[in-house]
Amino acid sequence: MLLNQFLLLSAILFAIGVYGVIVRRNGVLVLMSIELILNSVNINFVVFGTMHGLGGQVFALFVIAVAAAEVGVGLAIVLMIYRTKRTIDIDQLDELKG
Amino acid sequence: MLIASTEVPINVAANIAFGIVALGMIAAAIRVVTTKNIVHAALYLVLVLAGVGVNFLLLQAEFLAITQFLVYIGAIVVLFLFGIMLTRAPLGVSEDLDNPKMKGIGLLTALMVLAVTSYSVLATFGADRISLPGGASTNTADLSDEIFSKYLIPFEVISVLLLAALIGAIVLARRD
Repeated sequence: MLLNQFLLLSAILFAIGVYGVIVRRNGVLVLMSIELILNSVNINFVVFGTMHGLGGQVFALFVIAVAAAEVGVGLAIVLMIYRTKRTIDIDQLDELKG
Repeated sequence: MLIASTEVPINVAANIAFGIVALGMIAAAIRVVTTKNIVHAALYLVLVLAGVGVNFLLLQAEFLAITQFLVYIGAIVVLFLFGIMLTRAPLGVSEDLDNPKMKGIGLLTALMVLAVTSYSVLATFGADRISLPGGASTNTADLSDEIFSKYLIPFEVISVLLLAALIGAIVLARRD
């Protein structure tokens, strides 16, 4: 297997995730797009780990743990936004706009 | 695709498996960011995450693949479904999940990211092959040795982070 086929797949997933983060308006869907990005990074870690020992896999594990923490706190924040604003449309969170 | 460095033999079956899984993953990922049904987005996300797990298996990272299936598909997707349920998102098709004004900007940014990363990847790694140990070798024992010796301090930091995130999520989501 070529190194590049995994790296290109990961690049495509990353780009799709970036598109989702920019375009989506629903808070939960933005978090899902962030998951796409984190997973593409994990593929990269494991692929490069095949060249440089097991460090890549260890860091992919750490990324999975951090992603789990991120989703937990992120969904709690989305719930708080829903409770105070009755919507999770992130375009309506514009109190900082002058 | 079949040039130079022939020291590593090509594994045809693995390549075919990769092709099928990769196409499925890309299609599912596009559906995650374009579908108008929020529950379908979570279910397509399952497909992408399972595909990532299969990629880990192809790269002989079996412990990571199991972790991927357990943590992501078992826990995180369920968490997403709870998030969808608790925010009372419209079940079924809804038209306001996307911001139509941002579509052009999003597409442009994504294509630029894709162009830059794929160009640099192709220019750097050309036709380099992945060399994996053959046979039924596993590296779970080596992985645990590595985590609990060389990466012990990052591991402890991750444990504290998970605890903090747990407490933080409870404090944020608690009704009082």
